[in-house]
Parts: sequence; structure tokens; C-alpha cells
Amino acid sequence: MGRRADTTSAAAPPGRPAKVKAPPGLRALRRRRGARTVAFLSPWLIGFAVFFAYPLGATVYYSFTHYDLINPPQWVGLRNWRYVFEDYPPLGKALRNTLWLVAVMVPLRVLFGLGVGMIAVRLKRGASLFRTLCYLPFLAPPVAATIGFVFLLNPATGPVDQIMDTLHIPNVGWFNDPAWAKPALAMLAVWGIGDLMVIFIAALVDVPREQYEAASLDGAGPWQRFRYVTWPSITPVVLFALVTGVIQTMQYYTQAMVAGKVASGIIGAPGQSFEPGYPQGSTLTLPQLVYQEGFSSFDTGVACVLSLLLFGIAMLATVLLMRRRAGFMTAED
Amino acid sequence: MHRPRFRRLTASIAVAATAALLATSCAGGSGGGTGADEDINKKVTIKFWHGWSQESEVKAINDLIAKFNTTHPNIKVEATPNVNDDKLTQGVRSSKGPDVVSSFTTDNVGQFCSSGGWVDLAPFVTKSGLDPAKTFPKATLDYTQFQGKRCALPFLADAYGLYYNKDMFTAAGITSPPKTMSEFKADAVKLQQLNADGSIKVAGVMPTFHGYEFTPAHVLAQWGPTYVGADGKSNLASTPQAAQMLTYQKELVEALGGFEKLEKFRAGFGEEFSAQNPFQAGQVAMQLDGEWRTASIAEDSPTLNYGTAPLPVPDDQADSYGRGYLTGTVIGIAKSSHHQAAAWEFIKFLTTDTDAVNSFAATIHNVPTTFAALDSTPLAGDEHFKPFLEVFKNPASNSTPASLNGGKYQVTFQEFCYAWEAGRVPDLKSGLAGVDKQIDTDTAQAKP
Repeated sequence: MGRRADTTSAAAPPGRPAKVKAPPGLRALRRRRGARTVAFLSPWLIGFAVFFAYPLGATVYYSFTHYDLINPPQWVGLRNWRYVFEDYPPLGKALRNTLWLVAVMVPLRVLFGLGVGMIAVRLKRGASLFRTLCYLPFLAPPVAATIGFVFLLNPATGPVDQIMDTLHIPNVGWFNDPAWAKPALAMLAVWGIGDLMVIFIAALVDVPREQYEAASLDGAGPWQRFRYVTWPSITPVVLFALVTGVIQTMQYYTQAMVAGKVASGIIGAPGQSFEPGYPQGSTLTLPQLVYQEGFSSFDTGVACVLSLLLFGIAMLATVLLMRRRAGFMTAED
Repeated sequence: MHRPRFRRLTASIAVAATAALLATSCAGGSGGGTGADEDINKKVTIKFWHGWSQESEVKAINDLIAKFNTTHPNIKVEATPNVNDDKLTQGVRSSKGPDVVSSFTTDNVGQFCSSGGWVDLAPFVTKSGLDPAKTFPKATLDYTQFQGKRCALPFLADAYGLYYNKDMFTAAGITSPPKTMSEFKADAVKLQQLNADGSIKVAGVMPTFHGYEFTPAHVLAQWGPTYVGADGKSNLASTPQAAQMLTYQKELVEALGGFEKLEKFRAGFGEEFSAQNPFQAGQVAMQLDGEWRTASIAEDSPTLNYGTAPLPVPDDQADSYGRGYLTGTVIGIAKSSHHQAAAWEFIKFLTTDTDAVNSFAATIHNVPTTFAALDSTPLAGDEHFKPFLEVFKNPASNSTPASLNGGKYQVTFQEFCYAWEAGRVPDLKSGLAGVDKQIDTDTAQAKP
């Protein structure tokens, strides 16, 4: 046995190929390559450590402490977790609202984004103007857009209800009515589907034209062309829109908070105590609770529990969607 | 699109976005803590965070600072306006936070004191020879300390009372402001004006709990609540006041057209702190409000013919007429301060200098908070302001007690009141018992 035999591990289990020690030159080369790889990855690694790993670790740690942001944290075990899951009524409201927004607002945004994208692709004249007009609302700052919607939908003075009055349609309270506040927020979200429209236009123009021609020759109608040509081609984009939509909805904060403040008339000025979720908790979401507990009540432990819960739900929803991707993919995918 | 790469991309976006949800990472800040023995003749700059925001108020604060500098030229004061309590506490934990802090929310004094975010003023008070009991009225001393620790001093106060439109009173044949709750309801009904379609044109009063200052705490003060029993537990259900107030409020709402009709009318109100305030705009005939409204009316609605009076009291407590809800601005030294002695000099000037207190109170129309200033305030000659001075001096006037977790108990009670007025509480007694249980649970959670 030559040199190779000397490098063979004597403890190699039977039935497995013996590990072979690389020559010193090769090992040095591998080390250099490894170091270079790490060096190239270092911006991401540093970012991951600073902006993800450390905050995640700190959040887990603080969730087991009593920490008011002023005094050092004190270990309290599972107290914060028990409080949130056993004695914290806003959690149920926030979860129900978030679920509603995910189940209604996300699909509506995807449907409208796709619909507007399909119209934009098919338009022969005025397509640029149409695309611009549909995209513009997306550029409106969320706070300004929300204030605008609260004004438009004001049940006493808003033009929408005045038109409804003229048409003898029963008025609704919109942002002042717990039954209508979430639908009003969904309308606001659908109004700003410019981002999804652009993505869907890109996906739709990517569908090979010859497939449509072949389908037409085979006698396929509009629905069949959509079902068997368009849909298989754009499903990855639909999946992308759903996943990012779910994650964005989990973080839903600004619009709900602004709408609540403007519609209630209590803007949280010095001396005023504003309760998020107006009216009657119907627009309360988990991120609002995180802020409320963390930076109004200064109960960092509870805020961290809520953050971890939010993280867990977002991850679970993402994993489920990714696992169900088969429903969005064709056989050859 | 390449599917595996697409999936990796989507998964990466998912992880990155969910990571953003965790941006609540925290690191403790270090405080200053120079103490009462620091040399006050040192040249320093101190930061003063306060909540006043209107142009006239900010100017009044700056005038006070200029006056302070005539006697303390070595202490430069940098004032930051429009700071609410959230921002304030976030600043206090920073090593570069404010030195002098003030808040309009006396409910939060318990949190400020117990957390140590606002330092104990006892060493400063002792060193300067100030006798709080001889300087400030008892009510203000009560809401500026928590469990024996004085971490704040009163810097002007607010008293709540009734504003009424005299022209509307005359038109409705009402000759004097109501003194009892039954008179209040009868007058409100008489003052209400409807449009041809039955909607409200002018409300007698806006009695829903989002009706600006018509909050549960402000209204309940007329019944003389205690909120906390001798055992330290919430007693909203075991004492009669809260149930009586809520029952009365529901009757008042029904008498004025019902919750939905009133809420629809309220949705058309202008901003509270503007000339579009519903009382100033003639949308309501009566309004529960603080004394500061007199300044806004003088500035924005000088032709409004109105009067002021104490808010009515329950019929069975008629002898307590004259009481009202009290609160005020509290001021203290932040833990973050690196110049606590200089900060104290500024606070002492703002809170005890009679000229300073009176000039600022007269400018922003707040109630002065020292005995000396109360005796000499020019506001006593203002017919609109005088009733608020009387409410402030009334021994039956009251405030909401300080608690370990600030105003959280008020928010819990307030949310219950919103549910109640919307008809979502089937049983008032058991509902209030649930509120008590929640408040006690939240208080226990706030303990270290």
C-alpha cells in the first residue's frame, strides 16, 4: 500500500468508503478558498448577525424578563408568556383582525392587481396613461392616503356617504363602525395595488404568445386560455404576491393606527390617552400591540412575547404557503 | 423564471421581512445622576422637553426661559415642544435625553416615580428649603407623588367644568346652567336641534365617550370615585359610582337620539384643539371641557356668547356641586440628566416663582398651582375663568390616582365604557367586575 494507505482513517466503519486526507497543498488551497468565501459573504453575515440573529436572541431573552427600559432586566421566567396567553384580552382581538386581513385583504389585492394588470396588457390605446393612473396611488404616503380615505368616508361629511344618500343607499359608518372599519381598510389597500399591477404586467407579457395562438387554434375560449396558458405561467408570481402580502399584512400598522386616530378624533396629543384599534378594537393588529406594550406601557417582556408570536405566525404562514406551492405550479415545475 | 432560485428568493424575502418584525431589540441607556450637590454656578446647557405645541404656548415658555436667564445666566435652556409621554420616556432612557421633563398626564406619575425614570426630588426640595405643604395645594401634591416618593412638582393645573352657549340657552328658555344630572339631561334635550330629515343639527351635549373631553374619567369625577380600595385592588364594581355614572350616561345618550345617531353627528366634528371645535363652531350647546378652552375661544371665537360653570353632580349628591375633575402638568428631573442641580434650579423657578407661575398661567389660561399665585392671579377677574378656579379650590374635586403602570387602568376602564355605550355589555355589574379583575392582573404584571 502506498502513500494513500497511510492517510486512510483506521476507524472508518465497515461498508463506508474510507475518508482520504487531502494533501497539505490542497488543504491550504481549500482554507484560502473558504476564507475568501467567508470574506465575500461577510457583509451579509454581519448584517444577518446584527439585524437578525442578535435581535432574535435578545427578543427571546427579554421575553423572559421584566424590563421597563429604564432599570436592568429581571428574570421572571414564563410570567410574560402566561400573561399574554392567559390574561391579555387584546391578543384575541388582534389575532382575529389579523386573520381577517390576511384572509380578505391579501387575496383582494392579488385579484385586483392581476385584473388591472390583465387590462393594462390588453389595452390597445391609452395603456401608458392607464398604467400610470393605476400606479399613482401606490406612491401616495400611507399616512396621507389613510387620512384622505377617512375624510372621503366620513359618515357625516364625507362625499361617499353623501352620494350614497342621494342614491338612497343606507349609510355605513366606515372607519367609525366596527363592522365596516376593516372593509374600509381593505378598500384602501386595494386602491394602492400599483406595485402588484407592475409585477403582474411583467409576468403577463412574459407568457409566450405562440401558446395563446396554439390554444386559439385548438378552439380554446378566453377562460380556457387563462386557465391553461396564462395561469400556469404566472403562478410563481401569484405565490410571490401571496407570500409577501401575508408578511406585509402581519406587519400592518400605519394605516390602522392613523385611521383609528383620525376617525376617533383622539390623536394621542400630550395629555390624551389613545387606545389603538378604534372603533372598539376592530382595527387592532399585533404590531400595534407590540408598540403599545413596548413603548407606551414600557413592558418590554410582553412586547417581546408578542413579537415572537408575530414572528412565529408569519413563519408558519410562509412555510404553509411554500408547501402548498404545488397548487400553484404545473407538472414540469 | 428558474423555480428553485425563485423559491430561494421567496424564502429569503420571507425570512428578511419576518426579521423586521423583531425590530424591538432593546438596550438599556445610562442615566446622568449628578445629584443635588452639583455646583449650580457652572455654565451648563439643559434640555427641557414639554408638551405645549401651540404658537402662543411655545412663546410663553420661551419668555419664561428668558426670564429665568436674567437670574441664571449660566444655565442655558433648550426647549423641545410637543413631546408626549411615549417620546418622553423613550428619551429618558437615553444617555443623551432631556434634563427637565414635563407631562400633562398625571396618571403616569406612578410609572415615572416607580421606574426611577424621574428622579426623587426630596434631596433637592430639602436642600433648597422648600416646604411643599405651604407652597402647593394638597390636591396637586397628591398627584405629583407615588407611594411617598415625590418625583414631580405641579406646574399649573387643569380643572374641568361646563361650557354653555348663552344664546342657545336663551332661545331654549333656560335661565341658568344645570346643577344636577337630571337638570343637565333635561336641558340637553331642550337644546337639541334637528334637521328636517331627523338628523342632529345642534346637539344639546355630545355624551358619547369619544366626545373629546367627555371621557369616562372626567365624567365619573362628578360621582366622587376612589378607583382603588384599601386593599389596593380596583373597586369599580364594588363601589356604586361607576355603575351609576354608566347608567346615567346611557339614559342621556338615549334621550339625545341614541348612540348611532350621536356618533354619526360626532364624526363631522372638527379637530378638538382648533377653531373648529364643536362648541366654538356652534355644533353643541354644552360641553365638558378644561379651563384652557377660555383662551382658545378668546383667540379663535371672540364673538361667542358663552358662560362657564361647574359640571352638574348626581341628584343624590347635590351638596357636592362645585366639584370637578382635576389634573395638571407635572414637571421633574429625568434620570438621563447630567445637570440635575441646574435642572432643579429651573424647575424651582417655574413652579414656585409667583410672577413666573402667574404670567404663564395667564398666557395659556391654566390654573396657577401655588397658594401665592392663586391669591394674586389676574385670572380671578375673568368671569369665564373664575368658575374653574373655584372647581380647583373645591375640596370635593378629585383626580385619577397614580398607578404602577400609568394610565393603563384608565384605558381598560375606557374600553369597557366604549363597549357599554355601544350596547355590547349585557350585564353592567359583571362587566365591571371583569374590568376590576383585568386591572388587578395588569397591575400585578407591572410589578418587578
